[in-house]
Amino acid sequence: MTDTVTRGNDLVDGIYREGAPITDTKAPTGDIADKWTTRKFEAALVNPANRRKLSVIIVGTGLAGASAGATLGEAGYRVKSFCYQDSPRRAHSIAAQGGINAAKNYKGDGDSVHRLFYDTVKGGDYRSRETNVYRLAEVSADIIDQCVAQGVPFAREYGGLLDNRSFGGVQVSRTFYARGQTGQQLLIGAYQALERQIAAGTVEMFARHEMLELVVVDGKARGIIARDMVTGEIETHLADAVVLASGGYGNVFFLSTNAMGCNVTASWRAHRKGAHFANPCYTQIHPTCIPQTGEHQSKLTLMSESLRNDGRIWVPKNAEDCDKNPREIPEEDRDYYLERIYPGFGNLVPRDIASRQAKNMCDEGRGVGPAVDGVRRGVYLDFADAIERMGEDAVRSKYGNLFDMYERIAGENPYEVPMRIYPAVHYTMGGLWVDYDLQSSIPGLFVTGEANFSDHGANRLGASALMQGLADGYFVLPNTIRDYLAQGPFTKITDDDPAVAEAVQGVRDRIETFLSIDGTRSVDSYHKALGKIMWEKCGMERTEEGLREAIEEIRALRADFWTNVRVLGSAEGLNQSLEKAGRVADFLELGELMCIDALHRNESCGGHFRAESQTEDGEALRHDDEYAYVAAWEWGGDGEAPVLHKEDLVYDFIELKQRSYK
Amino acid sequence: MRIALKIWRQDGPADDGRMVDYQLPDVSEDSSFLEMLDLLNEQLIEKGEEPVAFDSDCREGICGMCGVVINGEAHGPERTTTCQLHMRSFADGDEIVIEPWRADPFPVIKDLCVDRTSFDRIIQAGGFISANTGSAPDAHATPVPKEDADRAFMAAECIGCGACVAACPNASAMLFMGSKVTHLGELPQGQPEREARVLQMTAQHDLEGFGGCTNLGECSRACPKGIPLNVISQLNGDYRRAGYGGRD
Repeated sequence: MTDTVTRGNDLVDGIYREGAPITDTKAPTGDIADKWTTRKFEAALVNPANRRKLSVIIVGTGLAGASAGATLGEAGYRVKSFCYQDSPRRAHSIAAQGGINAAKNYKGDGDSVHRLFYDTVKGGDYRSRETNVYRLAEVSADIIDQCVAQGVPFAREYGGLLDNRSFGGVQVSRTFYARGQTGQQLLIGAYQALERQIAAGTVEMFARHEMLELVVVDGKARGIIARDMVTGEIETHLADAVVLASGGYGNVFFLSTNAMGCNVTASWRAHRKGAHFANPCYTQIHPTCIPQTGEHQSKLTLMSESLRNDGRIWVPKNAEDCDKNPREIPEEDRDYYLERIYPGFGNLVPRDIASRQAKNMCDEGRGVGPAVDGVRRGVYLDFADAIERMGEDAVRSKYGNLFDMYERIAGENPYEVPMRIYPAVHYTMGGLWVDYDLQSSIPGLFVTGEANFSDHGANRLGASALMQGLADGYFVLPNTIRDYLAQGPFTKITDDDPAVAEAVQGVRDRIETFLSIDGTRSVDSYHKALGKIMWEKCGMERTEEGLREAIEEIRALRADFWTNVRVLGSAEGLNQSLEKAGRVADFLELGELMCIDALHRNESCGGHFRAESQTEDGEALRHDDEYAYVAAWEWGGDGEAPVLHKEDLVYDFIELKQRSYK
Repeated sequence: MRIALKIWRQDGPADDGRMVDYQLPDVSEDSSFLEMLDLLNEQLIEKGEEPVAFDSDCREGICGMCGVVINGEAHGPERTTTCQLHMRSFADGDEIVIEPWRADPFPVIKDLCVDRTSFDRIIQAGGFISANTGSAPDAHATPVPKEDADRAFMAAECIGCGACVAACPNASAMLFMGSKVTHLGELPQGQPEREARVLQMTAQHDLEGFGGCTNLGECSRACPKGIPLNVISQLNGDYRRAGYGGRD
């Protein structure tokens, strides 16, 4: 498992090859408002009597997976659903706080499908696919209807109608919410719909199961190899189509707002079998998270960015004040740096800018809070002015739950001492490449939700992740996958098919390797080391030099991992170290591809900031003439350079503009 | 801070299990309880001993995956989830006893991990509103009085962690079940299946081996989301109206 870089004449920048462009995304022709209707009509139907003969595997039970499982089960297909948690209700969609967008225009404030479409494309910094985003906006209203019918307790006004709020800097109120627990309520709705189908016998549930390999037979996705995490048994599950709804890959950074178990393994194993991985360098870093306190830290916690509406962000002007009590630092010695640099937007600048400036302040040595690795990574978010202006009770009624959460984790009372915040990774816009039908480059393999790349471009707007997960699962996939399934009946395959046997053997060999290396370092120590490389060199600001270093460092770390990792216990029964080893092994490959993608994209867009590509004011500078494309990467083989396939982004209905916050 | 631990170790479902002592000489009071266990596990791996198995996922108090009994209390001394408990709630030199949830319907898988699929089966029995995708009327077709919506939301905050069962001397899951019956029963969309729901869920609850409520209120005190005991009153009321299981 060591790597040698293949050096051929056709290597670009020494790191990748370029393959054929992608010219057809399967979107129908015609006006953008008619495309989805056209596609639904043209997609072949499956007779209800034939549906029970067709089977679908769905990996992941978050919003995108549970909603798809319930819907396909209701339609009468035979569904097998998999999750690594002990229950489908635990999937990390549950942790989303803010809300879900929908173009209902219940407030009569000028919202429309077209406006939601426009805002999403612009928010994605013109790096998403127009046709997919329009469809997302189009089905958004149906999601709210569906969720209300299921009993999702959205916030309501006194008249009994649904309440909306404005979110993420848009000018209309289109966000539906359930206090700060919108993700939880939407997921429980989808979970209950899924459980209903489990009871009805249309869905078979495999909790505490982890997908470790994709089965591809005659070029088509036909099943998965999964490990029963309780017994350790390696199981073969075959089907007519496979859906990956396995979430994002933010845990490549070790510290993120993702759940501990979130991983890229399902997507990565599919990538190695031929599914293209698109725009892996597009990661979103959220500015208002609770800072790391030490090496013991296992994850980071996000607080709603609504805090920036009333809190003021500052650091000491002088580095020597950084360990002082902030209340003893006089006004003239404080640097309200966002208000200073962006007098127009102040503390409300977009997420990427707020995050990057916080990093700059800490890199200058003016961060606050405990030092980790010799650097204080935190800035103050101060409510003293807000408390003086509005009174403590008003602040409490608006932000009380967030202040309580902060106090529980940080151990300080934010009514008396300013909060400390720092950016953290919390969403990945990149993911497996899919066409308009959400089908990957492997026929029969569909990808939904955060696991695919399609809708958010280089930056995701607030309250859009929940919308996309449910749009894909309830409304898009069920309509597109039937066109594929209508090609059935498919060739019957059995467990002794050579492709199946090879996949099973690959999984067994890998587990055996982990357990037999018997090295000296724990899996977590490698994960932390990888996270540090990624955070420092492929995080909020990327440079050519840093990325080239990161690629070398990751290769060295990966080589060390495969010779020196220590995984105790056995393959039988519950073995959490073994589970983590497989995930970290895949992160070690993904991390390199992220750096290669970031290195090849010599422009700044959305969450991807290349220091070499900025305006005189230090703002992100896009290069639409060179980079208005999706970078879809094909696995080149172990130790081989990946192959880039470009899908040009064509904007027929929206004009490209440079973002400006002046 | 220096912490002494007594942790339940059990190799598998068939193993008898035993308490094992560990010492952690240097724990940050800023670390969470589970990060303290992460630290222990790193030290065990270093020594070549198998790490302690425990469940956790979101580590922000919402997924419900974590949960252990700490010094005799489900989720420990604060009213929160185990993952949101921090070491500053303990004192230097403390001894901490850690056990899995104890209840027959939650069999131990390994060490501190238990099997809670009985909760999923209770939901399968009727903890849903039957509304197939695509069949929904406009969301504003049925206004819901705000106080009903707020009470439904309060009950819907249950995270399904199982602390209520672990805290109950009778291993009853009636707080869990009552929160779902209340959530769906408060909403107009939940009315058509209201009677069938309470009867079927209760039958499944009993079948799984959970005990009956004895009105002690330990469940509500242990609940990290503060679900009130009156959801059990609502459960009992619905059950009585549904006719003790006698009606279709």
